[in-house]
Amino acid sequence: MKTMLAIISNALCRMTGRNAGARVVVSRSFADFTPQATFDIKKCDLHRLEEGPPVKAELTREQGLQYYRTMQTVRRMELKADQLYKQKIIRGFCHLYDGQEACAAGIEAAINPSDHLITAYRAHGYTYTRGVSVKEILAELTGRRGGVAKGKGGSMHMYAPHFYGGNGIVGAQVPLGAGIALACQYQGKNQVCVTLYGDGAANQGQLFESYNMAALWKLPCIFICENNKYGMGTSVERAAASTDYYKRGDFIPGLRVDGMDVLCVREATQFAADHCRAGKGPIIMELQTYRYHGHSMSDPGVSYRTREEIQEVRSKSDPISMLKERMLSHNMASVEEFKEIDIEIRKQVEEATQFATSDPEPPLEELCNHIFSKNPPLEVRGTSPWSKLKSVS
Amino acid sequence: MAASLRCFLRSGKNTVSALQLRDFHRSAPAAVQMTVRDALNQAMDEELERDERVFLLGEEVAQYDGAYKVSRGLWKKYGDKRIIDTPISEMGFTGIAVGAAMAGLRPICEFMTFNFSMQAIDQIINSAAKTYYMSAGLQSVPIVFRGPNGASAGVAAQHSQCFAAWYGHCPGLKVVSPWNSEDAKGLLKSAIRDENPVVVLENELLYGVPFEMSEEAQSKDFTIPIGKAKIERQGNSITLVAHSRYVGHCLDAAAVLAKEGIECEVINLRTIRPMDVESIETSVMKTNHLVTVEGGWPQFGIGAEICARIMEGPAFNYLDSPVTRVTGVDIPMPYAKILEDHSLPQVKDIIFSVKKTLNI
Repeated sequence: MKTMLAIISNALCRMTGRNAGARVVVSRSFADFTPQATFDIKKCDLHRLEEGPPVKAELTREQGLQYYRTMQTVRRMELKADQLYKQKIIRGFCHLYDGQEACAAGIEAAINPSDHLITAYRAHGYTYTRGVSVKEILAELTGRRGGVAKGKGGSMHMYAPHFYGGNGIVGAQVPLGAGIALACQYQGKNQVCVTLYGDGAANQGQLFESYNMAALWKLPCIFICENNKYGMGTSVERAAASTDYYKRGDFIPGLRVDGMDVLCVREATQFAADHCRAGKGPIIMELQTYRYHGHSMSDPGVSYRTREEIQEVRSKSDPISMLKERMLSHNMASVEEFKEIDIEIRKQVEEATQFATSDPEPPLEELCNHIFSKNPPLEVRGTSPWSKLKSVS
Repeated sequence: MAASLRCFLRSGKNTVSALQLRDFHRSAPAAVQMTVRDALNQAMDEELERDERVFLLGEEVAQYDGAYKVSRGLWKKYGDKRIIDTPISEMGFTGIAVGAAMAGLRPICEFMTFNFSMQAIDQIINSAAKTYYMSAGLQSVPIVFRGPNGASAGVAAQHSQCFAAWYGHCPGLKVVSPWNSEDAKGLLKSAIRDENPVVVLENELLYGVPFEMSEEAQSKDFTIPIGKAKIERQGNSITLVAHSRYVGHCLDAAAVLAKEGIECEVINLRTIRPMDVESIETSVMKTNHLVTVEGGWPQFGIGAEICARIMEGPAFNYLDSPVTRVTGVDIPMPYAKILEDHSLPQVKDIIFSVKKTLNI
């Protein structure tokens, strides 16, 4: 029966184009697919916590397809950025997120759009999950006027409502995140702030200052360390006297989470958000994850780790493959469905690339704008005394 | 004592008449005497009351009433939520203040002195000042950084640096430097109401000095525009430009020079960035001579910037002599009183420089 339908849908696809085939597949879903399943997820290591997130996660078909779509979009977008960088259409810094998609997707699945999030420079994935389109992200990377920051920010400085970038200075975003959490507490809207940093930033002094104040004032801050095992070219063993990043908050409770499993990340984030919303103060999560690319596009990423290691993670722990296999093995979706989603995403990324490579650069008149907010126009000195430029808010 | 007496006498003309019996037709405006400390306190009190998003954080600002008592009484009135004592963690609490500003609050971040702001300068410049530009207007940072700047008395090298030039260098920041109580209140209120990061460079030696506050200045809505200098004294012989404490020194020097027939025009910069160069130019085109006075070091300082700007503008052709800069001595601040006194501009140095500039 299933193969019959598959044959019919393929035939219809070829004859009439995609739409008819899709309708066949959709009607198939109600009858044949499992609408919801429960999966075992890895137990989290706990620090100063009596109990942790559940060890089973429920996943509906819709959720699964949505998480897949999100992760695959981020993956394809990052690979496209890689391509554009090699073609020199993207310049400067470009820190890619492929391999870590489960973190961004899992976190977003557990928080509300009205919650807040701030991260460091490996930010494209979060920029997407926080609501910015692939088009606006790629156009910002290529420095065009259609970019989310009108081409003035670049890879590390993209913003959206309740998303505070994109921050270039390692570790500086952590006190900022604690401050956003302070605002959440002050304004009493039951919102939390997710404050991300890497294993490299975990050794910055200002983090410990933030931990202290967040704990002292019980700020609703979820500190999340994305431990991808390397701070640029330095492995965690060579940088940290203690690599138990989830314990580094000392008096702050912590969880160590499998960051390659989107369900694990989601459950842990849900647990953490509940903790903060209950007024218990900050909490730390360490997501154990991996980046396929080097630190940035100027780092091949193989001088400090082996190709075998990278390949092993790709084949055994890829977040997207893991989710797909889970859903297929529980008959929650079909191979064709995933293929279709892949095709859709590829198309979306291609269209975004088209825009990002054809949109014009920002006009020179924009050069001095946005120095001050809500300010009368002012004059800005150019490169010589005769160059008097105009700046508006 | 002598300084405050001089200030009283200088600004006392209205006060004396206020002390006399009032006559409806001829009474002077009801001015009062207020110290800079109280003016700053009043400014913060009024803004805290006016807008519930405003809050103050810093070391000892709450229960200690402020290291220099500038925030006296505020914690008692507004409580823990609005007046927050921080641990000694400048980088951390400055970042927290900037993050709070990004998320919709209007923090006043106090540095016990600006010397300690150096530990947090990354948050001030990279997280606060540059963000509106980097985000092309998506993310504003309405924050005030305030505290005592420059030399105090006997606090030696690590506690005496003037940061006007450092902060004045950076686009995206506004930097103000009040002299008297009206300046202090008006500029701080403007800073708090401004949507942008503003650095308010106060002066510890001025905190206890009383100045006249006009009736207008006593109003809850009294603000002074950021970016506009004030002519404190009119004159035709020479222009003196200063900020903060040295405005007082210039006025003292002007009083002495007036006896010799030299009438100085004294300009109180009030704002370091954006600097009101036009006011200086207009004055120089009248007097043909310019002396700048500052407490900071000479290299790459406020005076240096004024010199460059004057040269690039119309006033250059009106100069009868090169601009003279009177600055702090180019050394770390020593401790011994005699050495400290000779590390900073004194009134006699200003008088000397004026006469040299006028070739008298």
